Amino acid sequence: MISTSLDQTLVKGHKNYGQITDELLANTEGRPPLWWLVGIGLGGLMLAFGGWAMYTSVTVGLGTWGLTNSVAWGWDIINFVWWIGIGHAGTAFTIFFLVFRQKWAASINRSAEAMTVFAVMCAGLFPLIHMGRPWLAFFIMPYPNTRLLWVNYNSPLFWDVLAISTYLIMSITLWYIGMVPDLATIRDRTKNKLRKTIYGIFSLGWDGSLYTYNRYETLMKLLGGLAAPLVISVHTIVALDFAVSVLPGWHATILPPYFFAGAIFSGFAMVLTLMILMRKVFNISDYVTLKHFDNIAHVLKYGSLVIGLAYAIELFLAWYSGVEYEIYTFFNARASGSFSTAFWIMVVCNAIVPQVFWFKKARKSLLSLFIVSVLINVGMWYERFVILVSSLAEDFLPSSWTSYQPTIVDIGIYVGTFGLFIVGMLLFVRFIPVIAINEVKPISRIGKENKKTEKHVE
Amino acid sequence: MMKNNYWKSLEEKEGKNPVEELQEHKESSMIDVLANESNTKASSRRDFLKWCGISFVSATVLSACENPVKKAIPYLTQPEELTPGKGIWYASTYQHGNEYCPILVKNRDGRPIKIEGNYSSAITGGGTTARVQASILTLYDNGARYQHPRKNGQPITWDDADREIIARLKEFSAQGRKMALVTPSLLSPATKTLISQAQEAFPGLEVITWDPVSLEGIRQAHMESFGTAVFPEYRFDKAKLIVSFGADFLGSWISPAVHARQYAATRKISQDKPEMSRHIQIESRMSITGANADERIPVKPSEQLNILMALYNAMARATGNTGSEVPDVDYDVDSLARDILSNRGQSLIVCDHQSKESQVLVNAINIMAGNYNNTLLTENPLMTGMGDDTRFEQLLSQMEEEQYAAVIFCNSNPVYHFHDRERITKALNNTELTISFASTRDETAETCTYILPDNHFLESWNDAMFKEGHYSLAQPAIHRLFNTRQMQDTLLAWMGDDNDFHTWLKEYWSDTLFGKQSRYPDRDSFWMHSLQAGVFEHPVNPVVLPAIRMAAATEAIRTLRQYTAQNTGTEYLVYPHLSLYDGASANNPWLQELPDPVTSVAWDNFAAVSPAFAKANNISDGDVIRIGNGMTIPVLIQPGQADDCIAIALGYGRTQAGKAGDLVGSNAFPLIRKAGTARFFNGQLDAWEKTGDSHRFARTQTHFSMEGRPIVRESTLDKYQKDPAAGNELRAYHQKYALTLYPEDRFEGHHWALMIDLNACTGCSTCVIACQSENNVPVVGKDEVRRRRIMHWLRVDRYYNGEPENPGVVFQPVMCMHCDHAPCENVCPVAATTHSVAGINQMAYNRCVGTKYCINNCPYKVRRFNWFAYANNKAFDYHMNSDFGRMVLNPDVTVRERGVVEKCSFCVQRIQEGKLNAKSERRKLKDGEILPACVQSCPAGALVFGDLNDKDSRVAGLIKDPRNYHLLEELHTLPSVGYLTKIRNPKA
Repeated sequence: MISTSLDQTLVKGHKNYGQITDELLANTEGRPPLWWLVGIGLGGLMLAFGGWAMYTSVTVGLGTWGLTNSVAWGWDIINFVWWIGIGHAGTAFTIFFLVFRQKWAASINRSAEAMTVFAVMCAGLFPLIHMGRPWLAFFIMPYPNTRLLWVNYNSPLFWDVLAISTYLIMSITLWYIGMVPDLATIRDRTKNKLRKTIYGIFSLGWDGSLYTYNRYETLMKLLGGLAAPLVISVHTIVALDFAVSVLPGWHATILPPYFFAGAIFSGFAMVLTLMILMRKVFNISDYVTLKHFDNIAHVLKYGSLVIGLAYAIELFLAWYSGVEYEIYTFFNARASGSFSTAFWIMVVCNAIVPQVFWFKKARKSLLSLFIVSVLINVGMWYERFVILVSSLAEDFLPSSWTSYQPTIVDIGIYVGTFGLFIVGMLLFVRFIPVIAINEVKPISRIGKENKKTEKHVE
Repeated sequence: MMKNNYWKSLEEKEGKNPVEELQEHKESSMIDVLANESNTKASSRRDFLKWCGISFVSATVLSACENPVKKAIPYLTQPEELTPGKGIWYASTYQHGNEYCPILVKNRDGRPIKIEGNYSSAITGGGTTARVQASILTLYDNGARYQHPRKNGQPITWDDADREIIARLKEFSAQGRKMALVTPSLLSPATKTLISQAQEAFPGLEVITWDPVSLEGIRQAHMESFGTAVFPEYRFDKAKLIVSFGADFLGSWISPAVHARQYAATRKISQDKPEMSRHIQIESRMSITGANADERIPVKPSEQLNILMALYNAMARATGNTGSEVPDVDYDVDSLARDILSNRGQSLIVCDHQSKESQVLVNAINIMAGNYNNTLLTENPLMTGMGDDTRFEQLLSQMEEEQYAAVIFCNSNPVYHFHDRERITKALNNTELTISFASTRDETAETCTYILPDNHFLESWNDAMFKEGHYSLAQPAIHRLFNTRQMQDTLLAWMGDDNDFHTWLKEYWSDTLFGKQSRYPDRDSFWMHSLQAGVFEHPVNPVVLPAIRMAAATEAIRTLRQYTAQNTGTEYLVYPHLSLYDGASANNPWLQELPDPVTSVAWDNFAAVSPAFAKANNISDGDVIRIGNGMTIPVLIQPGQADDCIAIALGYGRTQAGKAGDLVGSNAFPLIRKAGTARFFNGQLDAWEKTGDSHRFARTQTHFSMEGRPIVRESTLDKYQKDPAAGNELRAYHQKYALTLYPEDRFEGHHWALMIDLNACTGCSTCVIACQSENNVPVVGKDEVRRRRIMHWLRVDRYYNGEPENPGVVFQPVMCMHCDHAPCENVCPVAATTHSVAGINQMAYNRCVGTKYCINNCPYKVRRFNWFAYANNKAFDYHMNSDFGRMVLNPDVTVRERGVVEKCSFCVQRIQEGKLNAKSERRKLKDGEILPACVQSCPAGALVFGDLNDKDSRVAGLIKDPRNYHLLEELHTLPSVGYLTKIRNPKA
């Protein structure tokens, strides 16, 4: 779907290697700019709010949340699924574009992976905090004990634990191994003793030899191969949390692929949001070009069609099943009842708005790209809200139907995860090159155009 | 005989009662400890316990499952009758106002922990009501109970109080001044005799009987009609046609535990007995009785009386009597009269209106229908309804004129209950000596000079005679917890009698009742056996009812017409509440949190209005209105409420009840008005306005339609007679098509199951409180109920169908279904909820980490999460936050920690106990031997529990009944709980 012509200019400007290194390391060198300090402060405040909210939930009880006897999962699991969805794009970027030889993605990989790591960390908080007794969370691990207690392999929640922890470990590994050559570059350039030592340790004795490169490439391909099924499994398993249940609107075989598509969709949208912001604050517009955004917009456009199709299939199957509970959930509760506002926000933001990317103008305008990317993540949040709350709040017995309203503590925890994400991303942009230098250099056309000024850097 | 069991100590071995000894020698210091208990830290209580040497082992063990055991003092010498871990049962009697219930009190480790109905009683057969079940909690209400005698709010010793009061009373007697003892209707013949002896001892002492919810109209009407003030026994079980004019006989009228049993007998249906009674309810508010009726006519209170008059007229004409001129009504009374007459002697007409005139008409109709001596028995008349409003009003007037030197209130709280508070206050101010025997805090006692607190009834000796010749005894199940004294003992002390009431009562029974039986040869064995059984019956000479004076009816119509002619506009009705009744137990958090079965509102009363009225006046649910006398109350739109009429429950708006009951809802007693000789609970609503405020009710159910789902399956009698599976056609379909790929589950030993007969269930919610009491279910308070987090393991769902003006109503008790394919079990990641080999879905609280996935995946939504720590938490300052209140906890059931999921266990502790009993006796379990709390408490016998593997068990038979279905059986969860379809009997 995307042109991979060898003539394509992936890095703009006539740059030589030195220039690339200088430009891409700029963010890690020098004094931190004011916006960075403000951002860290703001993120810290949000994190503190979230800390208070989590402290309250753990010490006072989950009664401080808006949950009810019927809606026993609310913002906690909505946000969990939402963050997990966002946490998809990074690995997907690396792996799938590696497999499909989409070289243009090289300049975005690093940020996308960082986003994945922090998003999965945010997501991972929720399963822990949503437990009534989080101090006994280790019960969920299959560890040998004298009481012969074992976990329940039938439960999707247990699969979740395995899937998310594996995915988090894999994402961190992939991200970290990918940045080793760049860490070595910083090590080589820095004058500061301390920095040199720290970067030295983390660059694992990188020496830039052909031998090292060979090993490195092999490892990356192996990790990529291992990570590819994980990208699919993690959100599939999150979907199974719902699909394995008996509730109308949850008990559906379409949920795993639907969740996976949604995750890729929301993850790409978040990548777009972040890259637009980074492009604004860093001098990287030559590396992250409008062509990149154009490509992502294409992905979002098709993703939106897949999501829209999924919505339509869900509605069709509810009707086709002839099960009155399913029909009620989809047509009464969701499309026209208590949750219709959320439902239509979801449909408009996810299935309709991204269709503007059929127009070249929309794909070229940073403003429209930014707005649509944000709207998609709003829509995706509502999608999880609709799936979760509407099925729980109005399920089988109307006597147990309740409404659901989050409390300040629910909001606090969500804001807190944003804080964690922001602080994490800001630390990342401060200490690690936001664009993988070692990946960008091979795709810049130095050999063809800049022969005269060619200068070996490493 | 039981006395020594209550407190356990070393001293007891030496034959001393430690508490009495302490009271003798260290009275003041012990009182200090008790007085400080409520407002100082908990350790004072523990010091007291240690000091007395009492081992309340389980209360400390139970305080939290992970807390260390604080102090457990073992017995040095094992008391003979007591086996640790086993309950001891004492027969006793609950009586409040007109309600009567013989009970069994379960005592564990010296503490009464549960009340069950006494199955030996021929009257209740083991049934109870929510109020009876909850009364045990008041025993431990250290916040509201008076813990020592007081004078002007200051502690005083019993000796000083007695000395001062006897001197004053003697002085008044000598001066020839009048004194009054105000009591509600007393069922106890011994107490009544004792009081009359007290009257002899203190000349000038008058006894005034006054009931806040009065039934005296019935007694007066019998005087008027037959010339004898008899209170007949209503036999709903013998009636094929029941016509009730507003009488909520299943919820609050006379004694619901008695009626529910009788009513269920006529409503239970089987292929052997394919017939049932027809029930017509003409009422203004939606009561549970009306909800169970086959035909329900919602009309204003005045229109009820018009229909009553018209029915009388139609009956009179049909039976050849002379009719009177009556107002026209929009109801086919002629057809009803024909139905009544075609069921001659097999119908029953009841009416709850307070006027004697309406009751005179009811008497006449019942006579014309031939019901006397068939469904209305006067051979063993009831002893209730002894109140005398006229006499009480007279007393107040004379007190205002300072004619009375002293007034003593015994279980009577007129400052709250009497409609005119100014008058009662003035009357009390103009009386020299005011004394209250109140055992818990109340508005009247707080204004009295002396408060001489009575024991709780579970600490007292007493007897009761609900019906002539049917006696029951009440005995203490625990030594008194506080420095209180039984009212009868106080009277004995004043009379200078050295005996305590126990001895007195025993002698009284020997003198009056021993001779009426021949079974037991000596007095001691008669007493012991009666005490053990709790009930005693002897034949009586039937009261022969003289011929009716029909002219009384004509006179009554004249008076009633005058009254109904005045009511043209909006009317109001106040009624005793299902759980709080007259508000005496308003400080009982179990009763406060029991959702009203019809409206599902807890912790509140409201002004119920019809949907049409709300629409016409542009009011919505929760809008606060101010009515005539300045009272403000939120509106609740109630389907089935009579148009142009508001209904408000009594029992709320207490000001001196205690922390749980104070200022909950609004007090509707001031709306009661004097009319003729009676106090009317209804009247004309002169003016009302919206205040602009809005109130959010704490409701446990907010969606009232079944959305066409087959949740409660119902049919009609004629269809049932043709096909017993009528209304249950889906069952056959699902059995055919809802299949599984997996092999069928096999249960080798027992396979427990519960059947619920929706036709017998009246929705009274007794089971909810029984479950709460048995399983230590916490109270969460109004705000948490608003957030839909009530903890009840068993709920009563209610759905409406049809038009909101007069909808059909169905009740459905829902607890854990113990599905054999339980959706909750396979989703728990830590396997905290699993299936037992006997088919019980069980919870391991220790293992639960609280992911709440099971709650979500339960299609019945019966699982409950501990959102907060409900025990030992100041934010939930109910009984589980006090050392006294925690004494009610059942030591066999864990108190759940914050963060774990809990739910109905089929009372697994009772199943285990039953199995162990059978095992130790080397026999097979008997069917019906094991009863979960809900099953045991049900007055209607609507719930049947048993072993499906026992082919002869009742439950194994019922599960094959064509009426049986399972809730949401299309999900193939294979529940162990089955429902029998509801069958109605509308007029063909």
